[in-house]
Amino acid sequence: MRLLAPLLLALAVPGAALAQNAMPPAPYAYRQLEDPAAEAQAQELMETLRCLKCQSQSIADSDAPMAGDMRHQVRSRIAAGETPDAIRAWLVERYGDYVSYKPRLDTATWPLFALPLLLVAGTALALWRRFGRRG
Amino acid sequence: MTRVKWTVWLPLAVFAGFVALVALQLFRPAGREVESAMIGKPVPAFTLPPASADRPGLSPADLRDGKPKLLNVWASWCIPCAAEAPQLAALQRQGADIVSVAVRDTPDDVARFLARYGNPYSRIGADDLSQVQLGIGSSGVPETFVIDGQGIIRYQHIGDIREPDVAMLLGKLREAAR
Repeated sequence: MRLLAPLLLALAVPGAALAQNAMPPAPYAYRQLEDPAAEAQAQELMETLRCLKCQSQSIADSDAPMAGDMRHQVRSRIAAGETPDAIRAWLVERYGDYVSYKPRLDTATWPLFALPLLLVAGTALALWRRFGRRG
Repeated sequence: MTRVKWTVWLPLAVFAGFVALVALQLFRPAGREVESAMIGKPVPAFTLPPASADRPGLSPADLRDGKPKLLNVWASWCIPCAAEAPQLAALQRQGADIVSVAVRDTPDDVARFLARYGNPYSRIGADDLSQVQLGIGSSGVPETFVIDGQGIIRYQHIGDIREPDVAMLLGKLREAAR
């Protein structure tokens, strides 16, 4: 019986838990665009947009229904002629930079871009001072 | 004994810094909630058909009638939405006008949910493709937005409405009316 209890519980709740998927997915959640070039654009964009339900996945990777609805938005907007940058901006306007996996260069993020350059320059300088002058 | 240069300690200090950073994030993890960036902006354009037989659907024009409203984002498949039903009923009793969108929901499930938990909504739009949810920057259900009489989004409450939130949301509605 102890083994059976979780099973019974699982059988008792499912109405609510499964109903999220009772709706068919959005038309373009799992269907590619007919135009391969547009689909490639959409795919590239979807891989750099965060799924808000499963926050370590991109919407291209996630099977969450909400990610499906986001893919539908991306594909139908691409099909309507919007550029990937405009669609990313549309989402950032709603959810902030968090929704995008592609960091922008602005006053808050410049160290991300500056630090690697600084480290490379520093390392080069140190190496040169140590070995460069001997030759 | 030879004097050691202070720079010898630099790698250790950097390492200690990393340990401190990891410990800080472990004990005080960042929030997992995604706040809407739409606060202070008007609700975007949309038209939703009704999700239930006895309530009309929803469009932004309905939110611009001069009276502040609560916009509840919910779904019959969402368990916390059932948990917040008594609080929504209390808000409605105390004069709040609650409009809503049902996300990815079937008419039968909506009717069953409302029959079981009550219907505090004056309008229910069927948001089958999450277009309104995405449009207002909501990232889950339930969420409740305060919309002022001009259709401007004023406040976002993430998660189910608990008892202390009832008075808070009534306060936000009064604020939006000013």
